[in-house]
Amino acid sequence: MSTMTDPPKADFRLSMLINDTRYRSLTFQVIAAIVIALCIWYLGNNLIQNLRAAGLNISYTFLGDPAGYDINQRLIEYDSQSSHGRAAVVGILNTLLVAFLACITATVFGVIAGVLRLSNNWLVSKLMAVYVEIFRNIPVLIWIIIIFTIMTAVLPGPRAFRGDNPTSSMLFDLFAFTNRGVYIPRPEFTNGLFGATVLNWLLVVVVLIGSWFGSREIEKRATLKQEQTGERPKTLVVKLAVWLVPFALLMVLMGLTWDVPALKGFNFSGGIKVGGPLIALWFALSIYTGAFIAENVRAGIQAISKGQTEAAAALGLRQGRIMNLVILPQALRVIIPPLISQYLNITKNSSLAIAVGYADITATLGGITLNQTGRAIECVLLLMLFYLTASLMISMVMNIYNASVKLKER
Amino acid sequence: MADQTTNPIAFVAEGTIPPSPPPANQTGVVKWLRENLFSGVTNTILTVLSILLIYVLLKNTLPWILNGVWNADSLAQCREILDGKTGACFAVLTERWHQLIYGFKYPAEAYWRPNLAFVLMLVALAPVLFFDLPRKLLVFTALYPFIAFWLIWGGSILVPIVALLGFVAAGVVFQKLGRNSFAAGFFGAIVVALIVWNIGGALIPEGANEGAMLTAVPSRDLGGFMLNMMLGLTCVSLSVPLGIALALGRQSSMPLIKWVCVIFIEFIRGVPLITLLFVASVMLAYFFPPDSTVDLFLRVVIMITMFSAAYIAEVIRGGLAALPRGQYEAADSLGLDYPQAMRLIILPQALKISIPGIVNVAVGLFKDTTLVSVISMFDLVGMIRGPILASTEWNGVYWELLGFAALLFFVVCYGISQYSQWLERRLATDHR
Repeated sequence: MSTMTDPPKADFRLSMLINDTRYRSLTFQVIAAIVIALCIWYLGNNLIQNLRAAGLNISYTFLGDPAGYDINQRLIEYDSQSSHGRAAVVGILNTLLVAFLACITATVFGVIAGVLRLSNNWLVSKLMAVYVEIFRNIPVLIWIIIIFTIMTAVLPGPRAFRGDNPTSSMLFDLFAFTNRGVYIPRPEFTNGLFGATVLNWLLVVVVLIGSWFGSREIEKRATLKQEQTGERPKTLVVKLAVWLVPFALLMVLMGLTWDVPALKGFNFSGGIKVGGPLIALWFALSIYTGAFIAENVRAGIQAISKGQTEAAAALGLRQGRIMNLVILPQALRVIIPPLISQYLNITKNSSLAIAVGYADITATLGGITLNQTGRAIECVLLLMLFYLTASLMISMVMNIYNASVKLKER
Repeated sequence: MADQTTNPIAFVAEGTIPPSPPPANQTGVVKWLRENLFSGVTNTILTVLSILLIYVLLKNTLPWILNGVWNADSLAQCREILDGKTGACFAVLTERWHQLIYGFKYPAEAYWRPNLAFVLMLVALAPVLFFDLPRKLLVFTALYPFIAFWLIWGGSILVPIVALLGFVAAGVVFQKLGRNSFAAGFFGAIVVALIVWNIGGALIPEGANEGAMLTAVPSRDLGGFMLNMMLGLTCVSLSVPLGIALALGRQSSMPLIKWVCVIFIEFIRGVPLITLLFVASVMLAYFFPPDSTVDLFLRVVIMITMFSAAYIAEVIRGGLAALPRGQYEAADSLGLDYPQAMRLIILPQALKISIPGIVNVAVGLFKDTTLVSVISMFDLVGMIRGPILASTEWNGVYWELLGFAALLFFVVCYGISQYSQWLERRLATDHR
């Protein structure tokens, strides 16, 4: 470095803007800025002219206007007199609902398939390979349509459950699978501690969280005792009690009953109705993404070198504890980042709901609202904003997690 | 001791005993079965469950497939032929074959054109996919887009020729100017191409499409699996160069370029493809000059290309990051400038690392082309859900049609991923 001396400033010539590395990047950036500004100006100008020609403007007041359409599947109160904005909120909640459900089941499918694919059992591992290849290589849209078709065309109508000799019957007399949706029993509290149902459910959640902390405390004490005396006390019964007793007490106290769906007239009533589109979307996203997660899980487990297993075995650990204490903690470091991008994919793929008529944000805001109001630009922008926020939040979680599990090296 | 003399030894082995065969349960099929299927209680249960599953699957699908009817005019006739037996009605595939492949508006007398384009596509792809083939075939690959455009869309042959001329002129200029300075060659090539296209566009007479050798087909008449193939191939081949540019831009030391690329990539990756297709169908038209009409196919190609370019850029960024720092420094120390270093040292290695990732993106993109059915383009899925299932003859033939679509996509996607694995083994230079 000491041999390089900067040429004196006085010698500045115009050609140095291109040829001198000190100025070149600045020159390029200025050119780029001008080009980008020109592009934006050109597109913006076109947009303004087109909007003027079509007699349109950009305004978001339509969100307050009555929507005028109904939504079957909804988590909050909504009717056709509610505003477009509320319809969008219903859509957002539906998107989050199906994404949440699909993330859970896809993880379950994926972990099972990924572990089984590494099984010693030749038949099982081949079956899982077939599952993964079939589901990864066929578009998710086709899976959604196939499962939706099963829901609507294969399942019997409510009519089939009627009469003395019904052609269909309810599963365990509790669940009804019909082409209008699946009916499942709904838990209800006859004498809840609070007036509002939401508060009662919140209480249940609080109790469950309390049990979780309790069982963790028991584990900690057991570990402490093991470290002091070398013997680990049996914790299973106590832990089960900590989980079950408060929960059962609460249920008895609040008078839990089940509202079982029953055939009334031409349709089922009572219970919770889970619509066909929701199930199609949920299940299709789960098995499709499950196949990808299976590959991630397999790669994660295979990434742990065989020496780890052998070292653990040499220490005298049993098969189950090798998996729990040695392999999984290391494999998770490899598995979790791609797993979270799969969750991101589920959230984005849930926008395919529009193909089967599930009222998610794409179907309400990007579909019916857009068509009714003609506010294409506003609707699409809001839609993108929602998905962008969701993905940025998920990647933020991923980055935090990655930082926390990163190998702490000196 | 006396005993020994009176009682001679009862038995002395005079030769080696021939080796006896291993126990029956330690060899051949039996051993394999014991080790792989019945090695423990859990394993046995799993095996039995799997066999049960396979049996149930085959029992329900095999008769359906084997009894399939291949010749009938409608679902009703199919049921007549089946006469109460379970069986598929594959007749829908034979009867609506052309609609499934070409869409329902493509002129029937012109079906040979996409067919020829498809065969030529295989020829054009061969030298790209298999390195052993003579490199001269790449000339045909370079010509293929223009030939395919002319075959599929028809119309005046002048249009693809002018387009080709523009590229040729740009190439010549780049050769001449680019020898001294990459930037001069690059921008000079763009300017020359634009000039050629503008002059050529002005020279093509107004009614050139009438009476042309091949009748012009508007792009809204394209459909079926052909549309999926066209979208997939066009967008992948366009998005690879764009993806490389974005990846290099994201690595750039110039903050402005870097942040433009970062924002573009993260924005595209953050939104679902459907919203981008909405942009193509309802919003993009607002950004073109007021009196221009850009057809939906082109708008969709633009959006899907941007979409896959962002993903490919991330894959290539991974490849660039995987290169040891020494490669960059070595290129600098040889006195290569940035374009030379990238072209000769960095990109050949980085792209090689990224090939499996790029193929994954390509497979995903090809599957995603089915989404265009949501914005009412009649691709394979759109044809099945729209015109075919809605027709009175074939209302209710779900499984045959959806199964056919699934099979078609499976064959193509599985084929591509197998190719990618082969290529990965082929390119592996480390000796493990």
